[in-house]
Amino acid sequence: MHTGAGVEARLPIRSDMDLVWVRQHVRQAAAKLGFSLVDQTKLVTAASELARNTLVHGGGGRMEASHVTTGGTDGLRLAFSDSGPGIPDLDRALSDGYTSGGGLGMGLGGARRLVHDFAVETAPGAGTTVRVTSWVSRPPRLRGDV
Amino acid sequence: MPQHETGATPPTPAQEVRDFLWRRSEQIAQRWADEPLFRAVFTVSREEAVEAGKAVVDALAQVADSQRVEDPDAAGFTGVREQLARMGAARSRAGLSATQVSSELAALLPPVENLLVADLEQEEPERLREASTALSVLLGTLRLVAMQTALSEIQALTDRQRLQLLEVATPVIKLWDGIVAVPLIGTLDSARSQVVMETLLNAVVDQHARFAILDITGVPTVDSLVAQHLMKTVAAARLMGAECVVSGIRPAIAQTIVHLGLDLGTVKTRAGLADALAYCLHELGTNIVAAAPGGAGRR
Repeated sequence: MHTGAGVEARLPIRSDMDLVWVRQHVRQAAAKLGFSLVDQTKLVTAASELARNTLVHGGGGRMEASHVTTGGTDGLRLAFSDSGPGIPDLDRALSDGYTSGGGLGMGLGGARRLVHDFAVETAPGAGTTVRVTSWVSRPPRLRGDV
Repeated sequence: MPQHETGATPPTPAQEVRDFLWRRSEQIAQRWADEPLFRAVFTVSREEAVEAGKAVVDALAQVADSQRVEDPDAAGFTGVREQLARMGAARSRAGLSATQVSSELAALLPPVENLLVADLEQEEPERLREASTALSVLLGTLRLVAMQTALSEIQALTDRQRLQLLEVATPVIKLWDGIVAVPLIGTLDSARSQVVMETLLNAVVDQHARFAILDITGVPTVDSLVAQHLMKTVAAARLMGAECVVSGIRPAIAQTIVHLGLDLGTVKTRAGLADALAYCLHELGTNIVAAAPGGAGRR
């Protein structure tokens, strides 16, 4: 088990420089919680995608990192929130190759595949909050329980 | 003592403060010279500290004269900005935090206020109160100007360093006739990848390169934007007749790219720089072979 020191944070996302900060914090927090190098890299990449979405599509916002535990397993939860225009069609936004900003259209869907838990809260005009969680070692799941 | 006792209109609080600052310039500067802010910066002689103090008092009087005690952009401050920046920088170098520097600036007020109270003792309490308020506002503005100046210095430094990073991080290395390599290091944001693309394309022309190797060993995170920049660079180089090879793909990065769903199928990739060089040499028809035992030279 791990204490939340050095993991919990609330970082602003206002510029490209802030993205660097977000990535560095997530990398350090994940390393502290004992994530393997591959899982660290996945989480940092997901954070990078989501933070860029917050900046580019949401017009800036913030990331909150928190330490979560379940059944003795440590996890890192990241919440990216903005008060931008929201996502009108979430299913389309999650599909690969769809982009509204000139990118590759892999950001949101790709980030979902890089983390264990993924949830989006959004409504047109009401901003967007994306919460992702990854566990140090995935909690055991029953067969068929997806 | 005040020259306006016979005047028709009483002076405004700002004018009162201005007259006071003109009158007491020498004494204020003398008192400030003993404050840590001045004493620690002007170490050569006390006269130097007093002179610096007088310059600040003059600036304050000018600002009071223009009736803009609350305005950090008042023209009166222009002359002392550089000096304030120098003092602030010297204190920061001495290891003081911004808060400590700020409280040292705040410590300039009490000695002046005491003088003001002594000067206006005979006046009505109301006038003294108003003048004293104007004085604290004025010194508060001075503090703001000093902190602003310090901050803009830091901002300028950050901007300079960003520009330096842009230049430093993109050397193009000629590995062989017709093969150039760019070792990418750090974060590939849009500005940097633009520089990378330009330097690489120029090198392709200058070196008549047929192969360009982009080594991403030093890039900590490859997300979809970085991948997009890489693909654009590769496509641009291809238009100029050069084939790009991306090398330095670590296992963790490879897995992440797969999960992210990025298709780098159009880009030639290799695990290490050596593998990429070997591939390019092979494509150029150059073979490097180990020297035969016994060698061709000796018989």
